[in-house]
Amino acid sequence: MIELRDVHKSFGTKQVLRGVNLSIAKGESVVIIGGSGTGKSVLLKSVLGLVTHDSGLISLEGQDVRQAERDAFLARFGMLFQGGALFDSMSVWQNVAFRLLRGSLKRPVEEAREIAIEKLRRVGLKPDVADLFPAELSGGMQKRVSLARAIAAQPDVIFFDEPTTGLDPIMSGVINELIREIVVEMGATAMTITHDMSSVRAIADRVAMLHDGVIKWSGPVGEMDSADDPYLRQFISGSAEGPIEAVR
Amino acid sequence: MNLVLSPVAAIGRSTLAIMGAIGRIAIYCGATLSHLVRPPFYYREIWNQIVQIGWLSLPVVGLTALFTGGALALQIYAGGARFNAESVVPSIVAIGMVRELGPVLGGLMVAGRVASAIAAEIGTMRVTEQIDALVTLSTNPMKYLTVPRVLAATLTLPLLVAVGDSIGIFGGYLVGTTRLGFNPANYIQNTVDFLEVWDVTSGMIKGAAFGFIVALMGCYHGMNSGKGARGVGKATTNAVVSASILILAANYLLTELFFTA
Repeated sequence: MIELRDVHKSFGTKQVLRGVNLSIAKGESVVIIGGSGTGKSVLLKSVLGLVTHDSGLISLEGQDVRQAERDAFLARFGMLFQGGALFDSMSVWQNVAFRLLRGSLKRPVEEAREIAIEKLRRVGLKPDVADLFPAELSGGMQKRVSLARAIAAQPDVIFFDEPTTGLDPIMSGVINELIREIVVEMGATAMTITHDMSSVRAIADRVAMLHDGVIKWSGPVGEMDSADDPYLRQFISGSAEGPIEAVR
Repeated sequence: MNLVLSPVAAIGRSTLAIMGAIGRIAIYCGATLSHLVRPPFYYREIWNQIVQIGWLSLPVVGLTALFTGGALALQIYAGGARFNAESVVPSIVAIGMVRELGPVLGGLMVAGRVASAIAAEIGTMRVTEQIDALVTLSTNPMKYLTVPRVLAATLTLPLLVAVGDSIGIFGGYLVGTTRLGFNPANYIQNTVDFLEVWDVTSGMIKGAAFGFIVALMGCYHGMNSGKGARGVGKATTNAVVSASILILAANYLLTELFFTA
């Protein structure tokens, strides 16, 4: 469904992506792991067109994402941002129903609100949260609202950018479970970037390790622990010793 | 050699940086103008911005105009007394307010209040990935954030200028009649007799231009904000400084255009 072929991206003299090759099948949940600053977010944003890649091909169902009609293309995606990225001038339900209140998916306000409340319920939030503002919510609740917004318009593809960053282990577990349940329930294709190994084990069908601008290892999550790739082994074990340079 | 060339290199670098900034602002301005005339239009956002930019700026603009009108009356009276021309106070206050001080001071006050607020809001949205979120939700940030603000400021600033002009003239009237001994009826008659329609409309046209500048600079610097609190702070400062300078420059150019034969 999503295909990345020899994708390159530089910022000035800094080469971030040096030829990324990756395929994600329809309905598959792929988690991309890698250290901080290895270009995971850049890769994800390149697929969405938030960052323009320098060379290579990124395609969705065979169509080059750069040539796709933007509105129709983006309408197929949902995204959970690292910090939530909720609009702080809007109430929670207006955030969740953002797409349903304007543009090609516009619905009557009452219907949009009902859908928003239903999605909030799906991520474990009560209807009385709907009229609060994002600043009045805890970090975990903001992530849930952001997740509700990502799934509100029933997207085919959902991206998760560091979904558990800044959350305690219990809340991380809850968010991971929710993501897994929702992805399976919707039959959506999912691409997650994280360096949280508990997220990897909870969310992934397949894992890809990004290091030094290329995919160093890719395979089913069940094979991850027995793989002998030195980069992957060092990342899983969290050791300072190995091919990945650790700055002390 | 380096000592000789380094000032030249510094001038070159600064020139390139200024030219680059002018080019980027010109491109942003062109993109804004093109989106201004193409749907979709977010009417609710436009209305919200009309309230935020226009209505909520009224107290600041009104107070500025009131005190400026009063001070102007005192100055004209003191200056006019040197050649027995104290009677020109009403007409000079009126013409000075509607042609120059109303639009320029109104524009500068709105630049301080609105350009900074816009840059801080959009800059924070940029830093917290809210702008990226807008894009993923199939919403063009230029249409959703920039166009409503530019449109609202361009439409409301002429009205603010008109209200400011009236309050400024009233400030002059208050000082003239209570402190300088003018007859109230004569003061009003003098004001009406000397003021022409073009004086008022030229000031309002200036107001529209200043409104466009204020919102454009706020949005441009917000959209291009650097990371973190420092980045947003710098964007806010740059928005106010650039809007103020451009208002003064545009004021000169428009005055040259309108009032030189």
